[in-house]
Amino acid sequence: MSWSITLTNVTKKYGERTILDDISLTIPAGETVAILGPSGGGKSTLIRCVNGLNTFDAGEIEVGPHRVGPTGPKGVITRIRQSFGMIFQDFQLFPHFSVLENITEAPIRVLGERPALVRERAMLLLKRVGLADRATAYPRELSGGQKQRIAIARALAMNPRGLLCDEITSSLDPEIKTEVLNVLEDLKRDGMTLVLVTHEIGFARRVADRVVVLCDGRIIENGPPASVLDNPQSERMAAFLKCVMG
Amino acid sequence: MRKPLTIRTIQALIRFALLVLILLIQQVILAQDKGALKCGTDFEGGIPYIFGDKDDPRSLVGFEVDLLAALEQELGRPIDRKHAAFDSLLPTVRRGDVDFVMNGIEITVENRKQADFTRPYYLYQLQLIARGNETRKFTTLEDCEKLKLRVGTLNGSAAFRVLDATDDIVTKGYDDQEGPFKDLVAGKLDALLFDVPIALYYVIQDNKIEHRKKDFPGLKLVGRPFAEGQYGIAVKPGSDALRAELDAALGRVIQSGEMKRILTKWHLWSLDQYQLYDEPAVVASESSGLAFGQYFVLLLKGAWVTIQITIVSMALAVALGLPLAMMRLYGPLPLRWLATGYIEFFRGIPVLLLLFFLYFGLSELIGVNLDAMTAAILGFGLNYAAYEAEIYRGGIQSIPLGQWEASASLGMSSGLTFRRIILPQSIRVILPPMTNDFIALFKDTSVVSIISVIELSKQYQILTKTYGQFLEIGLTTAALYLIMSVPLGYLSRYLEERWGGKAM
Repeated sequence: MSWSITLTNVTKKYGERTILDDISLTIPAGETVAILGPSGGGKSTLIRCVNGLNTFDAGEIEVGPHRVGPTGPKGVITRIRQSFGMIFQDFQLFPHFSVLENITEAPIRVLGERPALVRERAMLLLKRVGLADRATAYPRELSGGQKQRIAIARALAMNPRGLLCDEITSSLDPEIKTEVLNVLEDLKRDGMTLVLVTHEIGFARRVADRVVVLCDGRIIENGPPASVLDNPQSERMAAFLKCVMG
Repeated sequence: MRKPLTIRTIQALIRFALLVLILLIQQVILAQDKGALKCGTDFEGGIPYIFGDKDDPRSLVGFEVDLLAALEQELGRPIDRKHAAFDSLLPTVRRGDVDFVMNGIEITVENRKQADFTRPYYLYQLQLIARGNETRKFTTLEDCEKLKLRVGTLNGSAAFRVLDATDDIVTKGYDDQEGPFKDLVAGKLDALLFDVPIALYYVIQDNKIEHRKKDFPGLKLVGRPFAEGQYGIAVKPGSDALRAELDAALGRVIQSGEMKRILTKWHLWSLDQYQLYDEPAVVASESSGLAFGQYFVLLLKGAWVTIQITIVSMALAVALGLPLAMMRLYGPLPLRWLATGYIEFFRGIPVLLLLFFLYFGLSELIGVNLDAMTAAILGFGLNYAAYEAEIYRGGIQSIPLGQWEASASLGMSSGLTFRRIILPQSIRVILPPMTNDFIALFKDTSVVSIISVIELSKQYQILTKTYGQFLEIGLTTAALYLIMSVPLGYLSRYLEERWGGKAM
């Protein structure tokens, strides 16, 4: 069962600078949303606010049945984190753990599940991301694409209601990106809520149901990829596309 | 523009005058040097030999100061006093840094290996000292042996050798005169064995004796003086002319009754001292050099003490360092200040001072009497904990923030993250400097000798001070240090590879 995400009038400031300016956005359960926009537009901050890695200054965020304001409460943030996975651009695997330990750590220690059970599930997940033969390897022995697929498996091991992906293909070679994209498409078919922060138009076009464009902390476009990317409504979007596409 | 002739002439004259003046001053200094003799002595040698005047601490008094003045008269040459620690007097004269040394140095076989001696100027005996309220009955060395007493005295003294030759007495050597008296009063020793002059001045409560020590009340002399010996002036081996000159001067000081006057003034005269009037026939004491087996066993004992102090102190430091680092990194403000204060304080004070405080200060301050070993371990443990805390902190901070975030995004608490993710990774960064510290501490422990712990370095000092044999005992000591520290280095490298490798 996937969860929806709803942001209501969320504002985030760093000193004088407004990173998120009164954002309201609903992502229905099971939808795949790509969040696009120029660097510094607030894309990463938005999803980091959703799972509490960043605080915000005003508004409210609802994730499934959980609701948090600018300062928590902390217990609810932990609940959201346990049920909404996050994948990072630089993987952040635990270097001192084997691939299998990376995946089983949180379910065993956080959810208190039986280790044997978790290991069984982890092996299935490894098979799903195509790395069943690397269970005993250490992160340093893996390629970038493999690391990112392990990171996804690690998040999936918590049986999440959705995934937040922060530029997860940005540091990968073009031919490797496909490995990761295949996994995402597989998850999308399963009906998992996916929020993909990216600056790659092609990536958004290929997997997203909907594209949200953030610029200077505001949503300037929100719609299906075809209309947003091929027929932009706003001048700024047109300018952005021109800039990105060259 | 050229200066007028007169001015140039005057300048040249002034320059010439200055040159002459400098040459004259040099001549005067050289002339003085030629006649003056340099005498090495320990300015803190202690009462009644040589010590700071209580009314004017800058001037030195004592019966040896008076004797030097008398010798100056007889020799017709000034004598410059140079300070050197009691232990290093004989090596100092041996190297030729001074012409002769005088500071209650006993004419013994061992000392005669290091220097030549003049005729004696004082006949000493050894005296046992105990606390006034001592209930056990002991009046002789044999009694002390039967009771297995802890007896303190000065390192390198004849008394030390006498004690060391017994089987069952626990001999404690000190570098200073006050230390053993402090420890006797504090109950860390059962008795002292000292030359009579020291025993007299520290124990006898007689208002006629000026400069009497009042700091150590309630002590008593036990038994009769024994083990007679002689004090002499030591000169560099082979300097026969100087020795003959000093012998003649000493002879005149004695024959004229001046020596008797000085010793009487200092309450040291006794009928025995009439033997000084005889032409000297040096009494040789019976002991001689040590065989390898004898000193090796002692050095091994010292090495074992070194190992114990190092391991236990380091364990304490490593255990204490982590909570300190965590307090400094994550604690609420008052705790953070506390940890920062602790680290800055213990990194900022010399460990020597800390050891003194723990050993002597605590007992004076709050009556807690730590034994020397505990004080040493505590001192190094507390001191090194500050360094280890900083090593932990550096290691913990070297782990990227992303690891915290990745753990948080999996719902892990910060405590769990620290324990399972951050700390294990930082071990790799922490281990190399920490093993380094371990080896450093291993050698730093030699400092603890100042609070009378006899570890390897101290054992070396004691042995060489008592028996000479600097080269062979020194090489054996160095070999023992290397045998212990080199494998330690390999062990640390192995640990780094084993624990560190996985986390790369």
